[in-house]
Amino acid sequence: MRILLDYLIFPGFLFTAVVGMFACWIDRKVSARVQWRVGPRMLQPFYDIVKLLNKEVIVPSENRFVFLSAPLFGMASVIIVSTMLWKTIINPSATFVGDMIVVVYLLTIPAISAIMGGFASKNPLSSLGASREMKLALSYELPFVMALVVPIIKCGSVKLGDIVTFQIIHGTILHSPSGIIACAIALLCTQAKLGVAPFDVADAETEISSGIFMEYSGAPLAVFRLTKYMLFFTVPMFLVTIFMGGIYSLVGILKYVVLLVLVILIKNTNPRVRIDQAVKFFWGPMSILGILAIILALFGL
Amino acid sequence: MSFKLKAIAKSPWVFHLATGTCNNCDIEILDCLTPRFDIERFGIQLVGSVRHADVILVTGSMNRKCAARLRTVYEQAPKPVLVVACGVCSMSQHMFKDSYNTAEPVDKVIPVDIYIPGCPPKPEAIISGIVKGIEKLKK
Repeated sequence: MRILLDYLIFPGFLFTAVVGMFACWIDRKVSARVQWRVGPRMLQPFYDIVKLLNKEVIVPSENRFVFLSAPLFGMASVIIVSTMLWKTIINPSATFVGDMIVVVYLLTIPAISAIMGGFASKNPLSSLGASREMKLALSYELPFVMALVVPIIKCGSVKLGDIVTFQIIHGTILHSPSGIIACAIALLCTQAKLGVAPFDVADAETEISSGIFMEYSGAPLAVFRLTKYMLFFTVPMFLVTIFMGGIYSLVGILKYVVLLVLVILIKNTNPRVRIDQAVKFFWGPMSILGILAIILALFGL
Repeated sequence: MSFKLKAIAKSPWVFHLATGTCNNCDIEILDCLTPRFDIERFGIQLVGSVRHADVILVTGSMNRKCAARLRTVYEQAPKPVLVVACGVCSMSQHMFKDSYNTAEPVDKVIPVDIYIPGCPPKPEAIISGIVKGIEKLKK
């Protein structure tokens, strides 16, 4: 009962959805201000979701089950990640050993659900988007994991709670050279995980017209959107937790907002790269930097 | 007014469909997205796929090849969907009336909710048209 409440109401679904919508509003507002526009009102993401829930649902392929269940898998895993993160932040000793590995695995499921949905749509452009998403996921996971190894080496634990308590005692991971490099790599991987420019190759609106999400309409599209809003909250929050020592005060919330705005500014100042360029970027410079960060961390820098 | 309709009125996503235009209307539509007019204030967004659309914005004197496509696109859109005929060409075929390849006005093929006249219509006129369409939806 307690677990269900955690999952559905406070740190879980409802709370993450509300904060995620707020994060999405920040995204759209900052983007608008960068482009010298006014931008949408604060409740806009909420209206979008409510509207989509009330629209007709069209299933284009005979593969109904995969098409309709794909968005739910993604959302369910993001909710679990968010619940675990908040549990850690509220009480660092509440979680279990190895939860960081679980979080890393669960964070890849939104990409996998998008791939499933894209291939189940039976649309050429959706399949193209799905295959791009697959390549992108393969490429950014390697440097992302390398970046996450740095805090693990520094704290000597794979438990999120231990990493947070270590940072409260010894100062944040970001105060060391290896920490800065790892955080920069993780930030760029976040860009790809969230599917925003310069790595929005999978759902390139102007190129393959929303790619994976092309055939989705109504409620499943709303679930995909909601998953994306939640990721806008969860992934930067994960980085804040492991690199900057979590949020405990107004300054802590500021850390999250600054990281989010940084992501948005990178999004707004960079053009979209091609998929081969993205793979080269992540497997080339980013992976080398990741190895460098791990070596520095092993030497205690 | 129900909450459901309010939500639709507050976030109309527009699918832009050019059926053989001279591109003037298209340029004016894109002007609406620029900092000067900024229709994202009202939650209006251009979407790339018709499955996401709440409004289908049709421009151009529809030629014979496009008539069938327009019908297909309308059938693919999730209902409720609003159809806007933008520019004189899509309303009455304008000076292409006697041309060999223009079939018929848009409203003979699919039901049109809003007509925005002009050659091309000003961005203000397009915004005003969308607003009137939303008012119509509320009733």
